Amino acid sequence: MSEGTPRPLFALPVRGDPAAPGGDQVPAVPELLADDVTVDLAAERTSAGVDEIIEALDRDLVGLRPVKDRISEIAALLLIDRVRARFGLTAGPPSLHMSFTGNPGTGKTTVALRMARLLHRMGYLRRGHLVCVTRDDLVGQYIGHTAPKTKEVLNRAMGGVLFIDEAYYLYRAENERDYGQEAIELLLQYMENYRDDLVVIMAGYADRMDTFFASNPGMSSRIAHHLDFPDYSLDELVAIGELMLSERRYRLSDQAQQTFRDYLARRMTQPRFANARSVRNALERARLRHANRLLAAGGSPPSTKDDLMRLEPADFLASRVFTSS
Amino acid sequence: MRITQGTFSYLPDFTDEEITSQLDYALGQGWALSVEFTDDPHPRNNYWDMWALPMFALADPAGALREINECRAIYPDRYIRVNAYDSRRGRQTVALSFLVNRPAHEPGFRLDRQEAAGRSIRYTTHSYALDRPAGDRYAPK
Repeated sequence: MSEGTPRPLFALPVRGDPAAPGGDQVPAVPELLADDVTVDLAAERTSAGVDEIIEALDRDLVGLRPVKDRISEIAALLLIDRVRARFGLTAGPPSLHMSFTGNPGTGKTTVALRMARLLHRMGYLRRGHLVCVTRDDLVGQYIGHTAPKTKEVLNRAMGGVLFIDEAYYLYRAENERDYGQEAIELLLQYMENYRDDLVVIMAGYADRMDTFFASNPGMSSRIAHHLDFPDYSLDELVAIGELMLSERRYRLSDQAQQTFRDYLARRMTQPRFANARSVRNALERARLRHANRLLAAGGSPPSTKDDLMRLEPADFLASRVFTSS
Repeated sequence: MRITQGTFSYLPDFTDEEITSQLDYALGQGWALSVEFTDDPHPRNNYWDMWALPMFALADPAGALREINECRAIYPDRYIRVNAYDSRRGRQTVALSFLVNRPAHEPGFRLDRQEAAGRSIRYTTHSYALDRPAGDRYAPK
């Protein structure tokens, strides 16, 4: 320490990854496997706990087939990388920066949260927390304000996932003196130099993200995974609604199931439809009407536990969606 | 003369890995980290310069280590220390503070005696480094 020269950033050992070089105290797998050893990949998979996360993803998130497929692929890659490292076949950490494109309410933030957990479980990230930011958190208001602000956010995200919502707002083509450019340059630098410490996920509407990447080619080339979140079908929306209700300990009566389906079919064709978010809002309003209906009944007949849980068609039919057409 | 200030000052200088472990511990305690530097090694010098802003809400020591290394790159011949601030009510003080960088050559201190009234003597320590102007105190020979 006394030579007084700057030293390179020390490569941090990845906790939970026995193959990481220079791990603390006792490395779990100190010597390399011989060339003729075989490895049971199924057992490796179980011990890494990947299946639990993939299953939970399948269970909790309706639809999103292409996204789930890509997540399984990434999990497989990380798993194989771990096994390869035990034979001494190191390929360097893969670049896992991603862009999530899709309409509002298609589950981008939720998947980002799951992704952070998965990458943590696979030993790629040390902490696996998610830092959600928008332009406001990165870009300053006057000269010299942006860099410290962006750095602070990046420092907070180290060891986890930095999720930049509506990333295209960072770049404002119409104003060449916009401070967003400075934030983009810092992001690029970190995405390149701290690949082991940080995964950056950019999210937003597909068309605007395309324009953003077109005007920032450096950004596009540093993002390995472009995931597109498709809109949900009617069946998927109904399934999402039922999942949300069961989480909130509500249920639909038999008639209400059909009404709810009709409601969603109409709502889908209306403007400002935001997929799962619209479903959640609809259910929140149905809860309001449900509570109001029970109180308006004046306590006769007395409410049972089932009454408190059951949503009826009337709770949905009062909606503007039905009256306006 | 190797100066000893802060926690761990009688141990050999930490490697980056050991620093990371300490930062990790501090973050685990919920302490906020900050980096400071100075070229005035007097033990009573409380006014160290701040390097960037204190880092609140860090989850991982990598970010703090990056700040330390940036500070080292720019001020390789100054004293750099890391402070961990405990913001809990009733504590609100620095809980851990240790040096992470020191100049290659530390000239040390001399004892000055001042003769005061009535043949009494006042003692003070004077850093040889302070004989040179600020910013130029540990210039390589």
